Amino acid sequence: MTAEPLLSLENLSTHYVSQQGSRVVRAVDDVTLSLNAGESLGIVGESGSGKTTLALTILRLLPPAARIVSGRLVFDGEDLRTKSDSEMRRVRGKRIAMVLQDPMASLNPLFSIGDQVGEPIRVHEGASRASAWQRAVGLLKSVRIASPEMRVRQYPHEMSGGMRQRIVGAIGISCGPRLLIADEPTTSLDLTIQAQYLDLLRDLQRRHALTLIFITHNLGIVARMCNRLAVMYAGRVVEQGPVARIFNAPAHPYTQALLGSLPRMSDERERLTAIEGQPPDLASLPPGCAFAARCPMAFARCAAEAPPEFTLGEGRTARCWLAAPATARAPLSAHAVGGEGGAHAEGIGG
Amino acid sequence: MSALLEAAGLSKHFPARRGLFGGDHGVVRAVDDISFSIDNGRTLGVVGESGCGKTTTAKLVLGLETPTAGAIRFDGRDLAGLDAVGRRHYRKSVQAVFQDPFASLSPRMRISAIIAEPLITNEAVTATDVRRRVLELLDLVGLPQRSADLFPHEFSGGQRQRIAIARALAVSPKLVVLDEPVSALDVSIRAQILNLLRDLQDRLGLSYLFIAHDLAAVAHMSHEIVVMYLGKIVEAGDARTLARHPKHPYTQALFSAALPSHPEERREEVVLAGEVPSPLKPPAGCRFHPRCPHAMPRCAQAAPALIQVEGRMVACHLYGT
Repeated sequence: MTAEPLLSLENLSTHYVSQQGSRVVRAVDDVTLSLNAGESLGIVGESGSGKTTLALTILRLLPPAARIVSGRLVFDGEDLRTKSDSEMRRVRGKRIAMVLQDPMASLNPLFSIGDQVGEPIRVHEGASRASAWQRAVGLLKSVRIASPEMRVRQYPHEMSGGMRQRIVGAIGISCGPRLLIADEPTTSLDLTIQAQYLDLLRDLQRRHALTLIFITHNLGIVARMCNRLAVMYAGRVVEQGPVARIFNAPAHPYTQALLGSLPRMSDERERLTAIEGQPPDLASLPPGCAFAARCPMAFARCAAEAPPEFTLGEGRTARCWLAAPATARAPLSAHAVGGEGGAHAEGIGG
Repeated sequence: MSALLEAAGLSKHFPARRGLFGGDHGVVRAVDDISFSIDNGRTLGVVGESGCGKTTTAKLVLGLETPTAGAIRFDGRDLAGLDAVGRRHYRKSVQAVFQDPFASLSPRMRISAIIAEPLITNEAVTATDVRRRVLELLDLVGLPQRSADLFPHEFSGGQRQRIAIARALAVSPKLVVLDEPVSALDVSIRAQILNLLRDLQDRLGLSYLFIAHDLAAVAHMSHEIVVMYLGKIVEAGDARTLARHPKHPYTQALFSAALPSHPEERREEVVLAGEVPSPLKPPAGCRFHPRCPHAMPRCAQAAPALIQVEGRMVACHLYGT
């Protein structure tokens, strides 16, 4: 492990701006994260929390409406924000690879498996078609696909969902990337197939000294696979740190609520601790903390002023006034916390 | 305790065709000779992976498929013997809530019309009664009364699922089939809906058939659990006992594959080799034997019967004689 982190994001913000410029969605807002080589980071959040936009920002694969508006994005000692598009093309697939959620959509039905697994090798290393196919056979074997010599000649429709996902994984590692970003890699897989795939990823990580980022809504995947965790809410990282410490003593009320809301196998509880209300609309965020309206511990300051990222030691941070040094706290007030069952939420236009 | 619904030797086979005009080429035994029962006010959880037959089981219970063999008895009466009135009554007594509340609610109907629809088609009621009932139902699922005049797009996923639940409850069913009721929802919303379903069960004495792939959610919600593999029940019994001490090798692998709820939670990881075989050509003998870490020669020859083992039913040659 080097002293210099492999990936470091400093105050990074990515916004979606509508054509007239009237509507700004702060999908990623002031995110600071760093990741050492060989670590695995879980980025957890609900839909719309900005986790996928964050991944696309790291790869600079954003849709036209999105802009990286501020911050630094340093990978392996180089600032990716200053790179040209053609320079980025040499980074993507070669040094940073990404595995997407739906293996059916990420494979081309018209090309053979051998062509698709070999493509990055031909593009990045200028290998011949024949030698790329040879390498593809080896890659399929390394993702535990039986009789790879036969499989390279086949097409995606001839494979099961689990096999397709492993093939996408093989494409991901084909050029020996240092960083692999997996966006919800197992949501479309059955449980036992998911276990196989996670087992495989861990094995690949060990053999190729990969650094992994898991984008997921599933805290269970983080518990099994990651050593670091960043929790996102409404575009911001509300808490980050070592996985075990956060699970043992979550600092942010959102993380606490999320962990409390999960059903457990050994449950004796009759009721789960539900988080009332809905996540806020990113285009019209409240002035204070975005979680304040749903937070059982909110006080006056939370609605008025967004908390900065407080450092808690051991590589942990939390964006919550409760994590502030004691002097910054104010007494509890009767700040409104919604009633039963999300009745007060945005949908009803009340 | 009395059984509300009993399935005995239930099978559903689908003919499999090849090509555009091809004739029948064998059958898919989607559900093969399964028996279970659901008691009043209780929840039966069904777990298993794709192709195990859990959705077909739900369709059989809902009366959307007719069984190839076997019988379903509801309140002691065999469904096959019901006349038109009896079938109508049955359809009212068994309702469903589906996975995706974005697909299951018509975008062109107001919430009041969505919730009232089963009521109007099933019962002779006056307009004022319908309105009163709709408002009652909204209240029951924790939505404000003004929701009645809005359209589905004005609601979030969790609220839509509440609407779907209100619609299911409109005709006062005894049994509700819950097919992945929270898997399309955001993580922070799931607990709200699971809590609501439990509260409704307590208040109205509902029975649930709960189908989900999130094993922890099934374990939390269910009183009994049935584990299916390729159309067969491999293990069935008390939810807590089964989740903590699974006996069948498939159940053990399935529950070990479930993600941990804590990073320090260490358990034996059984990673199964291979994938679920095609239901068109299920393996001879025990259908799980090609993937089973404990397979013996006799597993390939004889299908194990479901027998009583330590307080639950297991179909495996490792147990019994």
